[in-house]
Amino acid sequence: MELSDSRVINAPKNEVWTALLNPEVLQDCIPGCQEMAGSIEEGFEATVVQKIGPVKATFKGAVQLTDIVEGESCTISGEGKGGPAGFAKGGAKVRLAEVEGGTELSYDVEAKIGGKIAQLGSRIIDGVARKLADEFFTKFQSVVEGPAEESGAVEEGATEAEVKKGWLKRTFGG
Amino acid sequence: MPKDHGIGASPKRREDVRFLTGKGQYTDDINLHGQTYVHFLRSDVAHGIIKSIDTSAAENMPGVVRIFTGADFEGVGGLPCGWQITDRHGQPMQEPGHPVLARGKVRHVGDPIAAIIAETKEQARDAAEAIELDIEELPAVVDMVSALAPDAPKVHDELTSNLCYDWGFVEENKAAVDEAFEKAAHVTTLELINNRLVANPMEPRVAVGDYNQANDESTLYTTSQNPHVIRLLMGAFVLGIPEHKLRVVAPDVGGGFGTKIFHYAEEAFVTFASRQIRRPVKWTSTRSEAFMSDAHGRDHKTKIELALDADNNFMAIRTDTYANMGAYLSTFAPSVPTWLHGTLMAGNYKTPLIYVNVKAVFTNTVPVDAYRGAGRPEATFQLERLVDKAARELGVDPIALRRQNFITQFPYATPVAVEYDTGDYIATMDRMEEIMDLSGFEARRKASEAKGKWRGLGVNCYIEACGIAPSNLVGQLGARAGLYDAATVRVNATGSISVMVGAHSHGQGHETTFPQVIAEMIGIDESQVDIVHGDSSKIPFGMGTYGSRSLAVCGSAMVRAAEKVIRKAKKIAAHLLEASEADIELKDGKFSVAGTDKECAWGDVTLAAYVPHNYPLEDIEPGLEETAFYDPANFTYPSGAYACEVEVDPETGKVTIEKFAAADDFGNVVNPMIVEGQVHGGIAQGIGQALLEAAVYDENGQLQSASYMDYAMPRADDVPFYIVDHSCCTPCTHNPLGVKGCGEAGAIGSPPAVVNAVIDALASGGKNVPHIDMPLTPHRVWKAINQ
Repeated sequence: MELSDSRVINAPKNEVWTALLNPEVLQDCIPGCQEMAGSIEEGFEATVVQKIGPVKATFKGAVQLTDIVEGESCTISGEGKGGPAGFAKGGAKVRLAEVEGGTELSYDVEAKIGGKIAQLGSRIIDGVARKLADEFFTKFQSVVEGPAEESGAVEEGATEAEVKKGWLKRTFGG
Repeated sequence: MPKDHGIGASPKRREDVRFLTGKGQYTDDINLHGQTYVHFLRSDVAHGIIKSIDTSAAENMPGVVRIFTGADFEGVGGLPCGWQITDRHGQPMQEPGHPVLARGKVRHVGDPIAAIIAETKEQARDAAEAIELDIEELPAVVDMVSALAPDAPKVHDELTSNLCYDWGFVEENKAAVDEAFEKAAHVTTLELINNRLVANPMEPRVAVGDYNQANDESTLYTTSQNPHVIRLLMGAFVLGIPEHKLRVVAPDVGGGFGTKIFHYAEEAFVTFASRQIRRPVKWTSTRSEAFMSDAHGRDHKTKIELALDADNNFMAIRTDTYANMGAYLSTFAPSVPTWLHGTLMAGNYKTPLIYVNVKAVFTNTVPVDAYRGAGRPEATFQLERLVDKAARELGVDPIALRRQNFITQFPYATPVAVEYDTGDYIATMDRMEEIMDLSGFEARRKASEAKGKWRGLGVNCYIEACGIAPSNLVGQLGARAGLYDAATVRVNATGSISVMVGAHSHGQGHETTFPQVIAEMIGIDESQVDIVHGDSSKIPFGMGTYGSRSLAVCGSAMVRAAEKVIRKAKKIAAHLLEASEADIELKDGKFSVAGTDKECAWGDVTLAAYVPHNYPLEDIEPGLEETAFYDPANFTYPSGAYACEVEVDPETGKVTIEKFAAADDFGNVVNPMIVEGQVHGGIAQGIGQALLEAAVYDENGQLQSASYMDYAMPRADDVPFYIVDHSCCTPCTHNPLGVKGCGEAGAIGSPPAVVNAVIDALASGGKNVPHIDMPLTPHRVWKAINQ
């Protein structure tokens, strides 16, 4: 399955680029990511918990950043094995462009599933992939942009990731 | 008045008492002392190279007894194929190996790679997760046409291509057929797909292997339609166990529909592994496993053409079919698109020239083999859709066009190598028109229109070749087995009878119908007769149940054995009654001397046979038990006319079946109620194929419809009240009962009726759609309406 979308992030292009290549940000933004270790150069080992239709599984696999054109574009790809649940492979080609109001981030996502998740979840996989891509980039946007100024104290029940929001803003003094 | 016993009566199914009260004994109900459980680790990619399998961590998991991989099968045979097709050029088909556990490569999602034996099912599954598997995924071939491209990835590297065979039938007719098309006044062409199906019997497959070290005997309990066939294939070709050391038992089996004919890897595995570990090994398929390991059905892609002369007479038929074999050749797979399909292309019509081309193709999908009807539904569907399309193109009544071209003289030798012994296609068409109340159709159509619905009428005929099969004929056609059957009639001392039959009953009701035949022949009560089936150690031999053969072939063997019994019993009666054997008559369970009042009861004679105090020992042996083998002289040819009325909702594309009639000619009928039930079940499966069911692979060879969330089985509200009739009767001329077989008719005859009806409904709404491929889901019908 394939899908394409874009969104405008209220931050300068170089800031968005730095965030995209930051393992901590990736871990924060990959939906269901429990663990991630490694480096941009060597690739990452990741553990992701996902529920696709009736199948919930822990996928272990590699995440790699390739085709890096500094400050412009890269491909984030991953391949996870979920044991009896099957496997998932996917990639997102990400491009950045300066636009009015910040940086436009465009992406083309391609995903492939196999085994039990294909057998039981194929009818909903398009929706699931769209939702996961959306979650990833929404989270990414909020991480880069930081929380809205007026949101004060951390809300009760906020996830760890939400607490981390604005990490970039703080780091970059935004 | 209907009969209340014997042939023609409808006693209730005696087997239902145990089935309906939960007392059936299925393979999964068998649990042996010391039993272990096996779980198969299956491939989740469609095509790949097995780089490594590391079982070391899994072997140390709790409860693990032993783990087997392909390497453990060194020197063990592969799963054999029971039929060899010779191609258009006189060459044998390409026949790849089929290992019990994958070696080197995996070739479809579900291909078993490793087998984990543990103390419990759960432990076996847990251990499977600890196996480290490194598979290098290769591009998969899924589509049959692109699988034959020169640069397509090869499913089997040792073969020259993915083509199993290119079959032409009858090759010598090809030039004459082509010439007829050049001269034709009208040519109708239709391209269609016969959708891939999964049989889905209610009971998934189960196998229990049990090796007895004390006598070196192996027993396999398995969900099979034909235990002796499994004994032969597995014993002789896979494991090298001689027949006298191998017992195969198929106890109660919860539906087969063809998919339980074949010899499967799991059966060979549990038998093999039990010998290795000296403990019983049990495997129970999950429903998910069934979807990716039971042989699938159908999956043809066809172009068919009909040449007509200026008077609308059929001149010639030409077909071009791709048939999916899947990744390996299942037991009878090569015969389905050829001898069970090409030979039926004449249908009910006197078309003088026919040429059938079939290309069988390997793909990275589950093997495809016989499913209820096997080849005959594919033939009937394309032919009956084509005739309907021709009628529409020519602007003639589809029933009239059929009647004009019917075969009316019997026996009739078709141009595709078979000879129909009997039939009356006009009679079944007349009967169908009557029971369907065809004259009331226009009024019903108007009533539907008033509700905003489009109503359509679809009609079709069918012919099938059943009672499979004459051994000498199928031997010439490539069968590697004989297809006779056998029965032993054992009369006990007090007159009750046990009949050991080679046919296997898994829904057909043999336990009820076979005793009706014996009871009729002897004139005793049916309760005095039981049949024994499904155990190679208890029955003489048997080729099992498929191809609507049980009564026509095994029933004939039973009749022959019973005739031998009666002949001997008459000799004994003649002695007891001090009369000439020629004067002895048997009626209503009594032997009498013609023209006198001297008589003795059936029980007197049977007792004398076992207590031979006053007995002609110098002439005949004591005891009363006879065996007969019966090899049919020809196939049987059931036929019929079916009609379906549908309503289509033009807003949503939803099709509902409003009325369905089946007028069948099954020859003589033993139990009308059971015959009706068989037709009902067949039609339900045909409607499933026509409206709901499809096994769908994505381009990577992932099976996407592998559960009941995505694979739609027909439910009670998808099927109508059936009007079923079998009063048209032209008895088979060559078997002693004059029977033809009824098990597959419904599944063969119904899909074209449904699709023809939907096309007609769309036409009534002003949408002239030439064809919609099955299943006719609301989405497909809506698209056709709105294109």
